[in-house]
Amino acid sequence: MLNNIQEFYNILPLIIIGGLILVSLIIEMYSESSEKILPWLSIIGFLFVGIYSLVEVGRTSIVLQNMLATGGVVNIFWLIFNITAAIVCLLSINYIKKYGAYYGEYYIIIQTSVLGMMLMAGAKDLIVIFLGLEVMSISFYVLAGFNRNRSSANEASLKYFLLGAFATGFLVYGIALIYGKATTTSIDAISLNFSALSGNVLFLTGVLLFLIGFSFKIAAFPFHMWVPDVYQGSPTTVAGLFSTAGKAAGFSALIVTFAALFGGPHGHLFTPYLSAIAVFSMLFGSIVAIMQTDIKRMLAYSSIAHAGYMLIGLASGNIDGVAGIIFYLAAYSFMNLAAFGIVSILEGKEETNLDLDSYAGLGTRSPFIAGLFALIMFALAGIPPFAGFFGKYYVFIAAIKSDLTWLAMVGILSSMISVYFYLRLVVIMYFKSSETEDKVSYTASEIIAVVIAVVFVIILGLAPGSFIDLVTKFL
Amino acid sequence: MTLEIVLFVIFALVCLVSGILMVTRVNPVISALFLVVNFGSLAGLYLTLNAQFIAVAQVIIYAGAIMVFFLFVIMLINPEHEKRFLEYKPQLKIFAVAIAVLVFLQIAYIILFSKPSEGVSREVAASVKAGTIEQIGRELFTKYVLPFEAVGYLLLSAAIGALVLAKKKFK
Amino acid sequence: MLESYIPIFIVMFFATVIALGITFSSMLLGPQRPNKEKLSTYESGMKPVGTTRERISIKYYLVAMLFIIFDLEVLFIYPWAVQFKKLFAEFGISIFISMFIFLVVFELGYLYAYKKGGFEWD
Repeated sequence: MLNNIQEFYNILPLIIIGGLILVSLIIEMYSESSEKILPWLSIIGFLFVGIYSLVEVGRTSIVLQNMLATGGVVNIFWLIFNITAAIVCLLSINYIKKYGAYYGEYYIIIQTSVLGMMLMAGAKDLIVIFLGLEVMSISFYVLAGFNRNRSSANEASLKYFLLGAFATGFLVYGIALIYGKATTTSIDAISLNFSALSGNVLFLTGVLLFLIGFSFKIAAFPFHMWVPDVYQGSPTTVAGLFSTAGKAAGFSALIVTFAALFGGPHGHLFTPYLSAIAVFSMLFGSIVAIMQTDIKRMLAYSSIAHAGYMLIGLASGNIDGVAGIIFYLAAYSFMNLAAFGIVSILEGKEETNLDLDSYAGLGTRSPFIAGLFALIMFALAGIPPFAGFFGKYYVFIAAIKSDLTWLAMVGILSSMISVYFYLRLVVIMYFKSSETEDKVSYTASEIIAVVIAVVFVIILGLAPGSFIDLVTKFL
Repeated sequence: MTLEIVLFVIFALVCLVSGILMVTRVNPVISALFLVVNFGSLAGLYLTLNAQFIAVAQVIIYAGAIMVFFLFVIMLINPEHEKRFLEYKPQLKIFAVAIAVLVFLQIAYIILFSKPSEGVSREVAASVKAGTIEQIGRELFTKYVLPFEAVGYLLLSAAIGALVLAKKKFK
Repeated sequence: MLESYIPIFIVMFFATVIALGITFSSMLLGPQRPNKEKLSTYESGMKPVGTTRERISIKYYLVAMLFIIFDLEVLFIYPWAVQFKKLFAEFGISIFISMFIFLVVFELGYLYAYKKGGFEWD
């Protein structure tokens, strides 16, 4: 177990979230108004853990018999997960009442999913990655189908579960093949021996299957088919969690496993596969998003495209690429959360107001929300000076440094395509007259959550260097 | 012939025959019952490989809990619908066969062409020791203590999820 | 190692032989004079209605699911119980604590299922 008290402080974030789950469970069992207590308890817990991770970011260590790393990049990921989850909880307070799934369990399951993500980001062993992924995925399957009376939610949950279980099968098979050759599941031991192992066909098949399993979780091209249906069917706030923290967790596990190879002789071994799925994800996501009329489906395809941009950073196989991905993930998390947050505010009862046309005239009906949404759309499209631009900038620079200029060019092309559908929404909001004159009603908690996310987008856009410096210091 | 080979032949034959019977039955309930036999003989095969704890777990979890689950789920499905399912999409059968052949070829490749990994002790005594419940307990509570606690939370979230999604009168 | 399992194999052998033997001996030894009435499905003297494969309630699913989850959790306790004395002497209280945390998580899940009526048949 733990050797000294410092190790205890290092894994305190995990312990707090683990304890939070148990405390929430007790409150849920014995309190009549758990739906009112649990969101605030969760938000306080997430915020505390997030800030604690940031404060303790310098204490890098490897604890629990080489199973878990703490400090550095791991803590930055923990920060992203926890802040994202806190914002999602804040958004959900009013939304799940409207959505018809007003249970305290909603927050407990968000907490367990965050625990899984934190395990993935800190993993030093393939078994920990697998277990973390499963804790996260099972929570996600449940969250997707939280409203049992709605057939679209049931469909989303079942589809997500079946395809997710299929992808997990790939992943476990891959881990089994890796273990068969390497006779260890320790990531450090495998990366140390990588030169000796990389000549083996079975080992490479295992690594490729591992990558395929995670391509599903991050919603990259050939394994993206679940994304639109799941995002459309699940609660909007939950779709926000899937597309931000879920994607960040998938990338964190890929970074944990592959970053040790970068800069070495095998850093570019998987570049062909990664750049192929990056290109297809970007182009497919951007082009198909143009044809969507449902806002959640549009954001789903945009999420596929963004997975493609982030994969460029992984394909470039250098440390700049990894730093770029982490910055991109942070920026993208806040952008997408704000976007899904606004969609959840505007969504009516029984899945109404989700058409693009229902956003018509928002500029006059509710100028504040329209302004925020327009800003988020500019950021998602990658227009400076917002965070989205710098995310793309860093991964493209990393690709150019690795002589993958063509990949960066495809990325720029795809960004230009995506500008069309992001800005189309802005045009609809401001220049298309609406049939209704209804003002948008929202509660304070929802709008505060969206504003916080937008503020982060602006801060990351104004001072991207400080975040990148923080990340590169630990790589 | 040693005891090991005799047992291997018996269990392998039972495993193979029950596997073939399982996939060729029309009635899914009978398929599921052959799967129980299959799981049981797999437990025997694990035993011949000196994986004693896995063999016990196979019987307790797979032949016990998972099979009960399989049978209940089969009975949850509407029988009329499932009959039409394979007639409706015959290409699914080709897909299943292709996957099975692929996995078979891969396992054949592993057995025939790859050398045993270095670092794995081929000494019988060490192998017997590695599979015992004592050794697994030692590894689980010293080296793998974090994954062990993670399993606790995994099962907790599964239990909450099952109740949220399937409890008829929730709350 | 396998030698110590011989008693189990003998039990398995006799169980198989007796089960199959009783089933098939009555088929082989007993007189069989079937007619249409005898071969028809027996439903308390009534005319049979519908198939035997009716859809069952979702409640069974919940029972099976909770059974798997708690069965799996119990499986982790066996290695601990077998090895506890030795490991406790070697590593001290941490062995106890790790199982204690697991059991707290496990029991809270159990209590939760109980409180929410997971074991009730409503």
